[in-house]
Parts: sequence; C-alpha cells; structure tokens
Amino acid sequence: MTNITLTVNGKSVSRDIPDETLLSEFLREHLRLTGTHVGCDTSQCGACVVHVDGKAAKSCTTLAVALDGAQVTTIEGLANGDLHPMQEAFTEHHGLQCGFCTPGMIMASVDIVNRYKAEGRTLTEKAIRHELEGNICRCTGYHNIVKAVESAAAKM
Amino acid sequence: MSVARSLPHDAAALHVTGTARYVDDIPAPAGCLHLAFGLSNIAHGTLTALDLSAVRATPGVVAVFGPDDLSPMPDCSPSAHDEPLLGGPAISYLGQPIFLVVADSHLAARKAARLGQASYDEKPALLTIDAALAANSRFEDGPRIWEKGDAASAIAAAPHVVEGVMEIGGQEHFYLEGQAALALPQEGGDMVVQSSTQHPTEIQHKVADALGVPMHAVRVETRRMGGGFGGKESQGNALAIACALAARATGRPCKMRYDRDDDMVITGKRHDFSIAYRAGFDDEGRVAGVEFVQYARCGWAQDLSLPVADRAMLHADNAYELPTARIESHRLKTHTQSATAFRGFGGPQGMVGIERVMDHIAHHLGQDPLAVRRRNFYASGGDISAKKKAAGTTPYGMAVEDFELHEMVAALEGSSDYAARRAAVADWNAANPVLKKGLALTPVKFGISFTLTHLNQAGALVHVYQDGSIHLNHGGTEMGQGLFQKVAQVAASSFGVPMAAVKITATDTGKVPNTSATAASSGSDLNGMAVKVACDTIRDRIAAHLAETHQTVPRRVHFADGRVFVGDADLSFAEAARSAYEARISLSATGFYKTPKLDWDRIAGRGRPFFYFAYGAAVTEVVLDTLTGENRMLRCDILHDAGASLNPALDIGQVEGGFVQGAGWLTTEELVWDDSGRLRTHAPSTYKIPACSDRPAVFNVALWDGENSEETIYRSKAVGEPPLILGISALMALSDAVAACGAPYPALDAPATPERLLAAIDRVRA
Ligand code: FES
Ligand code: FES
Repeated sequence: MTNITLTVNGKSVSRDIPDETLLSEFLREHLRLTGTHVGCDTSQCGACVVHVDGKAAKSCTTLAVALDGAQVTTIEGLANGDLHPMQEAFTEHHGLQCGFCTPGMIMASVDIVNRYKAEGRTLTEKAIRHELEGNICRCTGYHNIVKAVESAAAKM
Repeated sequence: MSVARSLPHDAAALHVTGTARYVDDIPAPAGCLHLAFGLSNIAHGTLTALDLSAVRATPGVVAVFGPDDLSPMPDCSPSAHDEPLLGGPAISYLGQPIFLVVADSHLAARKAARLGQASYDEKPALLTIDAALAANSRFEDGPRIWEKGDAASAIAAAPHVVEGVMEIGGQEHFYLEGQAALALPQEGGDMVVQSSTQHPTEIQHKVADALGVPMHAVRVETRRMGGGFGGKESQGNALAIACALAARATGRPCKMRYDRDDDMVITGKRHDFSIAYRAGFDDEGRVAGVEFVQYARCGWAQDLSLPVADRAMLHADNAYELPTARIESHRLKTHTQSATAFRGFGGPQGMVGIERVMDHIAHHLGQDPLAVRRRNFYASGGDISAKKKAAGTTPYGMAVEDFELHEMVAALEGSSDYAARRAAVADWNAANPVLKKGLALTPVKFGISFTLTHLNQAGALVHVYQDGSIHLNHGGTEMGQGLFQKVAQVAASSFGVPMAAVKITATDTGKVPNTSATAASSGSDLNGMAVKVACDTIRDRIAAHLAETHQTVPRRVHFADGRVFVGDADLSFAEAARSAYEARISLSATGFYKTPKLDWDRIAGRGRPFFYFAYGAAVTEVVLDTLTGENRMLRCDILHDAGASLNPALDIGQVEGGFVQGAGWLTTEELVWDDSGRLRTHAPSTYKIPACSDRPAVFNVALWDGENSEETIYRSKAVGEPPLILGISALMALSDAVAACGAPYPALDAPATPERLLAAIDRVRA
C-alpha cells in the first residue's frame, strides 16, 4: 500500500492504494469516475485516455502510484460549466454511436488539438487520422469523428 | 413532426460527458463479488481431474464452482440445450470455461482463475471445415438443399462455365465494451440482472432455467451496450447465468465482465465459410444456372448456426435473378468457439459467393463486371408495377417486386464518375508496373425479417403522466444504432410533443415481456410500430375525451407543437393529459405489432421469409503495392436505401460504420488458430480492426431518396445490417487490382490480407 495525493478534475484526492493499482482502476473503482472506459486493458484501443499533467495518457497501462502530485483530468472534468468545444462537436457531428470509445476519443482529440496549437502546426484532416490511430471505434467508421475534431479545432 | 429529422443520438449528451452508464459503471451495492472463468487448455478431450485447491486458497476468493459442483449443469444455449455452463468431462474447445471463481475483486478472481490444475485425456480435435467434413461432424443430419429448376442441365447447356472455391474468413465482433452482467439477489429468491445483451428475454429465460424458478422471478434490464453487432445476442448468457448462480449461493450481488483476451477466446464469432461454385452463362454473362455448396464452420455448439446458414442460402442470389439454382449447405461441427450471430447473420457470406461468381464471369468474358452484374439484376420494381416486366423469383420462390438497384446503380454510377474512373484505372495500370489500382461496384439486396417467423413481433409500454410527460418503453435494445432515439421520435410525432417530453427508459423484461432479440435489423421496424400503436391508443382516448367535453368529434382534435387543438379551442398537451386524468381516462397503454405477409418453410426452402428487401450499392477504388501486398482504399461512394429515413444522420452513421466494418472483415481482420486449436489472434495487437487511417480517403455516403413500398413505420427501412455488405466492393476492387497483374483469374480469398494478395499476384503472374 502506498499513499498518493493527486489532483483529479481540479480536486485534491488522497488515498492508500495497492502498488499495482492502475490509473484506470483508481479512477473507476476508487473515485467512481466511470466515464473512463476500459476496452482492451493493453494500451491499444484508447477508450481509457485521460490527461496527466495536460498530456494524453492511456490510464489502463499507467500505475496510479507513479502519479503522486500529478494533475489528472478525465472526461467528467473536461466541461468547464459549458461543454468543451470538442464535446459539442462530437454531439453535433454525430461522432458517436455506442459511445464506449467516446470519452477516450474526446480526451485524445483535445490533446491533439492542444499540441498542434502549441507547436504552431496546422491540423490537417490527414494529421487527425494519423494521430487518432491509437483510438479504436468499432461503430462509426471514423468519418464523423474526424469531422467533429476538425470542427472543434477551429473553435479551440 | 419529430420523425425524418437528424437528431443526435439520444444519449449523446451523456456520452460526451462520460456519464452514460454501461453495466460495469452501475454503482454496485456494497459487498459485490466478482467472477471469472477458468478455461480449458485443450480443444477436445476429457477432463480427467481438476484440482482447484490453489484457486480456493487464493486470498480474496469466496467460492469456486467446478463441473461437479453444479447439478444439474445449467445450459447456456439459445437453441439446442447443448452448451453446459462449464465444460467437463467433455471438453469441446480451447478456451471453454471449466470452472468459476467468485472473489472480492475482479483482479483476485482473474488471478485465481489461472491456478486451476486440470488433467486431460486429449483427443484429436476437428478444427477445420475439411476435418469436420471428413469426420462427417455436423449439425442436422445432412446438408440442406434448396433448388430452383434444374441447374445442372442449365449449366451443361450453357456456352460458358466458370467454377471455383472461395474461402471466407470469420470475424471477431470487438464490441468495444466486453461482455458484462451484474446479478442482484432480491427477497424470496427473485433475481434482478443487469446485462449487456441484445436479448434480455433470452437472459431472463436462461437465468430462470438455471435457478429453477419461473420467468416471473427474474427481471432483466438493459439500458445500453457498448456495441453488440450480433455478438451479444446469445454470448452474454453464460455471464448472466454465472452471476445469478453465484448471487444465489452467496446472497451477495455478483458481477462478471470478460477482459478483452478472455472475451475473444471464449465467445463465438462470425462463421467462416468455404463456398464452391459452378456457373453456366451466355456470351453476355447472363447466368443460366448456378450451383453453390456452402460449408459453414459452426464450432462446438449449435447456437444460432442453423438460421445463420439458412440466411447464407437465402442470400446466395444477392441482387441477381438466377433462372436455375441449386444451393447446398453444410453446417459443420468443430472444436472451436461456437460461431454466432454477426451483423448480416450469414447473409454477407452468401452474397460474397455470388459476387465472386459475377466477378469471375466478367473476367472470363473480358467484360466490365458492372455490365455483367446489371444484366443479371432482377427486374425493376417500377417496370413490374407498370406491367412492363414480370417479377423475378428468388431461388426460394419469393417474388422480388420492390427491386430498386437499376435506378440506384445508375445514380451511383453517375455520381461516382464510374466510367471515367474505370478508364483512368486502366491507364494507370498500363503505366505503373508496381502500384496497381482496382475499382469495383457491388450491389446489396438484403432480406428484412427474422427467418424464424414467430420472432417477428414486438411490444411496447407507454405512460402519459398528468403533467404531460411521457414514459416510453419497448422491447428493443440500444447498442449504439440509435434505435431509442428513432423510436422516441415516433412517440413524439404521435403526440405532437417536443422530444424533451419523452423519457426513454431501459429495456426491462418486467415492462415488456417475451421480446425478440434486437437483431435482423428489425429493431425500429418492429418496436417503432409497437410504440406507435401504444401512443395512438392513448392519443385517441384523449381525443375522444376532449371531443366530448368540447362538443365536437374526435377527428377534429389535433396534436401538434406540444398543443392540442379541439375545434376552435387550444390547450397544452399537459392540460389535455390532466383533463383526461381527472375524467378517469387511462393514460397508459401497451402496443403490439407483428410483421404481416410472412410465410416460410425452411426445410423446403419455399415461401416468403422477408417482408421486404433493403438495397444499397458501393463503388470502391483501391491501390495495391504488388511488391508487398499493402493497399489503401482511395475512395468510396455509397448510395444506400433507408426508405423514408426516420433519422437520416443516424442512418448515414450506420452506413459508414457498416461499410468500414464489412471492409475490415474482408481485408484486414484475420482470425488465426494454431494446430492445437488455440486462437492466436485474441487482442487488437494481433487482430487488425480498421483504424482511423484505414477508412477511405474520400468517402461519399448518400441515402437513396425513396420510401418503402411496404407499410413499415413511416415507410422507413431497416438499416442495421445491410450496409456491412457494401464492404464487398473493397474485396472486389482488390481482386480487380490483382487482375491487372496477369491473365489468370485472381481467385482471391477473404480476408484479402497482404499475404493472400501476394499469393494471388503470384498466381496470376505464373
Ligand atoms: S483500455 Fe486502455 S487502451 Fe484500451
Ligand atoms: S461509438 Fe461505439 S466504439 Fe465508437
């Protein structure tokens, strides 16, 4: 057992947890933030993406004890009063069907747009497709997801 | 009217904020236990000993059940009572559950499940179609055979003949949310089950059987699934039964979810097929007769294999009128996962067979495959109603009266610029020795209805509360397809109220009983109609009441824009509901619907199994690197028929997703078993699902502007399964690219992985 203190969605949380606790498990089981989904447990589907210190991370393969002092944002913490432009765009452009991939897609997409903006690069359609390689969606065929990211990027 | 509008998915706001709940997200009561299965390590044999002492000794383990601890052994089968919850003594596939661990955490249960010590008397396993055929290992006594005319004589008399065999691989569903169930024990031995299932009634039935209680003692609720695709029609039974048994034994809530690897190793997939064909045709490619022998690898248990194999036979014609045909179907029993429902339910495999025949004929004659396909189309529905042509009949004797593909294909040919691109592809291939392009247009005609006729029924329950808000419930389940939203649009239209007035509620066997699986694309057809009946009943009661109080007649009462207009008076829907309540009018109603016109004899292979057909067509262009077999889809244009769509945005989403899933099945998604029967592709690391960059660079999808000629809900058409089959165009485009490498026919098998493409290139270059 190790005590960790970290900030999740703006709130400080402190817990004693077994050392092998994965971040996904910590969020889902200990904090009951079940918007972070687990689709593969092996870092391949992207359903579990959250932000750690502002960068996208796959929470199914991140150990929670390694994050003492970190800032974690999950899908539940993305909206700041109003929906985030990415959340609005996924709704408006029908970028979801079963919705299971959606939280991870949105968190990954926000990170992509932020990175490109910070580096002053233009986010092309091709770049979006390439950047989203690590997020599987079995339902939509991705077309509307790419449209949503393009539209949100213009507003972010 | 709320119908025919592109509203977002009903739960979009919940999904984008991470607050939509799947089974594993439902807050479980304190003391909830977690389950995992221990799995067999051999594909076929006898379990001679099972030492579970290390499992029992693992910290956190509360109970362990082996095959000897359950008597009678519960059955999980949706059909033939041939699926014991736990294998043993007979072991039927590698990955079969043989014991059940109940522990205080998911991880503890999984870890303990690895510690069982099993000894086996191993026997040779039948893993392939050939092995099963040689051993005559099959479901049903012998092959099922349907015939139209004398195909053998027609082929013998035809000027040209092609023949061949095609392998078509299976497909893993990879619903992003794995199988999951949660059982909550109630007073008096009752059980409530939350299940990620397309078929709550089946879960209720199987859990009741396993517990030895009547169905009324079990209630099953399903709010949503994180994808289903057929994989949650029967494959959730084992988890629900296991949870219910453990909940009864321990008195505590019990939850089970399969991790991805377990899910892929334990559950059934799409049937892989081998199809042998022989076709006779004239100089124009017009078919005189076809013979198909379809071999389906069904796995260890019957599950839904008989109707799946039937549907493959029923789609052996796809869009083509076959003057004579003989279709023979073998349902082979092997020591592998029990193949199950998967979007299209055997139909896609049957259609790949005839599309291969069309492609082969065109290649043989050196003609454009589209021209050959067209010459073989059924007569146009327009020509039939104008009495210019007689309706053709399918090999099972059903008249095809609503055929739209002449018009749809002409429109798509124009919008996709097919002719110019065909020429451009030829020019490119003449100039480029390494990168070859291919282009193909393939049509889809898919029969809508369950072929087990009694399943074509649905129920609904609707309440209007005195404040005018509406509670909507029906037997369909939501797996992302947007069914709940479409049906809510129907309800809102009936009452003339805004969507916000309608509360969509979880599928619940306590509200609507005896439902069919949400399958066969029938969800909105069946449930939309049942809901409309219920809503119209209540609306008519309100109208009769208001007519009386306002001294007019019911037909002068109108419901629109959240208001009710009675003659010259005008009140809000809430006021109308309140008035009816105070007049002691019932504001609750059930609705029921059964599909008309069906009449089907599956043994004879005669009759009308389908209410109507759904149509579509796709043109796909690919580029293939002939040195590596790597390839890309450059462009895809689709025109799909959703009738008068209830929600065009949701329907287009189904078409896009279906196409990508179908193209994945036929190109990158390869399942590999080793010689011991172990599935080697049991995670996304080894099993290649289309990713974001795999979809076509240019992707134009449109809905055909038409309406269903049959009286379906607002004249819409089912749209769940048919678009998957548009993916055949990707396979045929690859075949076309390979054909550019040499004279012989490519005879490309599916999935057309780079390895298979290279082998085909070698063949045509030889
Ligand atoms: S669950 Fe983390 S990547 Fe799939
Ligand atoms: S919406 Fe179902 S996996 Fe993406």
